[in-house]
Amino acid sequence: MALTMGSMSGSTVQLPLRTKLQRVERRRKLRAFALVLPLLLFILITFVLPLSRMMRSAIHDDTLSLLMPRTTAALRDWDGKELPEERVYDALAKDLKRAWMEKTVGKVSLRVNYELPGAASQVKSSARKLSGLSGGPYKAALIGISPLWGERDVWGVLKRGGSSYTGFYLLRSIDFEYNANSRIVASPGEKAIFRDVFLRTLMISITVTAATLLLGFPVAYLLAKLPPSTSNLLMIVVLLPFWVSVLLLTTAWVVLLQDNGVINGILMSLHILSEPAKLLYSRFGTVLAMTHIQLPFTLLPIYSVMKSISPSHVRAARSLGAGPFYAFWKVYFPQTLPGIAAGCLLTFILCLGYYITPALVGGPGDQMISNFVAAYTNQQLNWGMASALGAILLTATLLLYIVFNKLVGADRIKIG
Amino acid sequence: MLQLNRKQAYKGLQHPGGELVLRQSAATKSSLMPPNGHVGDDAFVRFAGIQKTYDGEALIVKDLNLDIARGEFFTMLGPSGSGKTTTLMMLAGFEVPTEGSIFLAGRSIGTMPPHKRDIGMVFQNYALFPHMTVEENLAFPLKVRKLPKPEMEARIKRALEMVRLSAQGKRRPAQLSGGQQQRVALARALVFEPKLVLMDEPLGALDKQLREEMQFEIKHIHENLGVTVVYVTHDQGEALTMSDRIAVFNDGVIQQIAKPAELYERPENVFVAKFIGENNQLSGKIIALNEPACTVEMPGAGIIQALAVNVGMVEQPTVLSLRPERVKLNPLPGSLPNIFSAKVMEVIYLGDHIRARMSVCGRDDFVVKLSNSEGIAHVEPGVEMTLGWKMEDCRALRPS
Ligand SMILES: Nc1ncnc2c1ncn2[C@@H]1O[C@H](COP(=O)(O)OP(=O)(O)OP(=O)(O)O)[C@@H](O)[C@H]1O
Ligand SMILES: [Mg+2]
Repeated sequence: MALTMGSMSGSTVQLPLRTKLQRVERRRKLRAFALVLPLLLFILITFVLPLSRMMRSAIHDDTLSLLMPRTTAALRDWDGKELPEERVYDALAKDLKRAWMEKTVGKVSLRVNYELPGAASQVKSSARKLSGLSGGPYKAALIGISPLWGERDVWGVLKRGGSSYTGFYLLRSIDFEYNANSRIVASPGEKAIFRDVFLRTLMISITVTAATLLLGFPVAYLLAKLPPSTSNLLMIVVLLPFWVSVLLLTTAWVVLLQDNGVINGILMSLHILSEPAKLLYSRFGTVLAMTHIQLPFTLLPIYSVMKSISPSHVRAARSLGAGPFYAFWKVYFPQTLPGIAAGCLLTFILCLGYYITPALVGGPGDQMISNFVAAYTNQQLNWGMASALGAILLTATLLLYIVFNKLVGADRIKIG
Repeated sequence: MLQLNRKQAYKGLQHPGGELVLRQSAATKSSLMPPNGHVGDDAFVRFAGIQKTYDGEALIVKDLNLDIARGEFFTMLGPSGSGKTTTLMMLAGFEVPTEGSIFLAGRSIGTMPPHKRDIGMVFQNYALFPHMTVEENLAFPLKVRKLPKPEMEARIKRALEMVRLSAQGKRRPAQLSGGQQQRVALARALVFEPKLVLMDEPLGALDKQLREEMQFEIKHIHENLGVTVVYVTHDQGEALTMSDRIAVFNDGVIQQIAKPAELYERPENVFVAKFIGENNQLSGKIIALNEPACTVEMPGAGIIQALAVNVGMVEQPTVLSLRPERVKLNPLPGSLPNIFSAKVMEVIYLGDHIRARMSVCGRDDFVVKLSNSEGIAHVEPGVEMTLGWKMEDCRALRPS
């Protein structure tokens, strides 16, 4: 009897206890959520939304299906072997006339021009001349107006335009394109530049990362060993690039590196060089300036990890019989690896996106992928290409990070 | 210029320490273990006239002369900042003496780099290599010495058995408890079979119970292996339980070197008396000196018969040191040379004993320790009684 009473009272107590706990937990979670909500919204609105919108324009383009609806519909079952029949030319004529009237022919011609460089003016002039024509048949008339319509290439472009999604931009970013039969083929030599640019971006980033590591590691070691009074001064020197805008730093390098700049001046007045070396607009200058800017990013994580390594470890190694170098290599250095990994990863990823420095200090052959993204957005207004290049860079970066993670392990990275 | 100043400073400071050493050697000639700096020519470790300064101004170690015998468990005890670690680091080779030389097995090791000294070392924070497993930590000194693999494995296995950690060999230091890490550090310092092991407050980070357990374990290992141990601590209990001999450091000077019991029973100066165990200190003036006893007058409180341990001349001031447990309650009149009336001020009950604060000789901070046996029931605040102590238990020391 007493037993059942006990267990009953136990269960009646237990239930409200759990509910109470849940209520407290829920309140705690809500509070935590409220704390991060502003930042979450900010990131969502300013980062995730534009980015996904941008990503989408790498594969989404409905210019042709919207502005040339009849032509794209008529081309749906064109096999691409011969020129299309009169019916399709008729649809084209109607679409072009309307585009001329609605002043959208510019957009159409630009879109066709992406895939067929030089076709823009022919599309425009065809539309202008068509507007004066009252009736068909259009096939012969159009081919007469412009030889463009007598070749299958443009029809391939229009047929693929029937779908709002296109692989063209992404393919182009890795030096592939569609031929007239909508087969994927390698781009011809003069258009196949992007693999080179990606490779160059990778090489410059690796070089800069390696250079910052080689220069930064000994300094970080020194900083971690020095007494605070001295190390503070040195730290300020190291951190100086942090306090100056990247643009300013880069322009300073332009001043130093140009043909009649400081470096060439000194080298020539010392008679080491007889004529100025080409330092500006060169790979060397680009890597030099980027290394300078990136140095603190590599150094600081290494420094902060070194600071946390107890000096007694190396002492212990020495007392156990290890010489100075062996103790450093086997005991100290392995403990700095998380800092090295963090610093190098930071610098490497930042380097992948460099834009200003290669633009100002580098030559045409030193432009990195971001320079092309910028050119496509600002000058050519080709958002599709800009997005595709950006998307590939982002994917490559993420892939590299994942590989790095597999090799080194995220828990081994230490920023501070 | 600096050199000159230092020399002068050291001459001035050398005096009390130097004299103490001499007295000590005279007092303990019969003991088995060499009591002080004079082990003889076969001293295993010898500090000869060592001085150390970091900044060129303050001497952290002032004229250290010390011999340590082979197989001895030698402890350096002293308050924080007294130069114990500095002394140990000079022996290990991480600090260079500003003056003097250190001998190891008869050879001067002044210029020998740390890794050639073959000295095992246990650091206060263990200094285990965090990126290596326990076994790799133990293998480190053996790899450096290029031992053959089977020999290496056998030694690691033995060392792990010695510290009872055979099951934890594959773990990393971070996965071990404090006591286990400490034992790994101990095993690593011993696995390459050094003749000398230095330990700098190795138990400082452990809780009381674990510390006592480890004290026993370290002592046990020392006895089994017969290595020489130089041990640093600021815990007097630890020093007393573990050591063959103890050097008490203060302000860079050795105050006394003695066996544990002797250090406790016969402190030679006020610092040692204060630092080792509890004691009552009474200041007075010597009015008569008849070795080994002396008569001391307490101004306005009476005359005390004391043992003249380390005193000046008649008319000079002195400090009397008296252990709280050496005071007898209500002695028969005439049975002891020193008998005074007292009044109980405060009683603290501590289980196996009680501590009573009494008012005696015009002072009311006189502490008496009474074992919890019959006859303490009447010790209550306000009770008046008499206290007495022997002449030998009351030691007259030079005031510091
Ligand atoms: N590298 C150093 N540079 C300058 N002064 C130092 C250095 N190491 C120690 N000191 C000084 O030397 C004195 C003695 O230090 P030491 O470490 O030997 O003391 P310790 O007896 O080991 O004390 P603790 O019990 O606190 O460890 C201290 O005043 C300390 O400030
Ligand atoms: Mg210390």
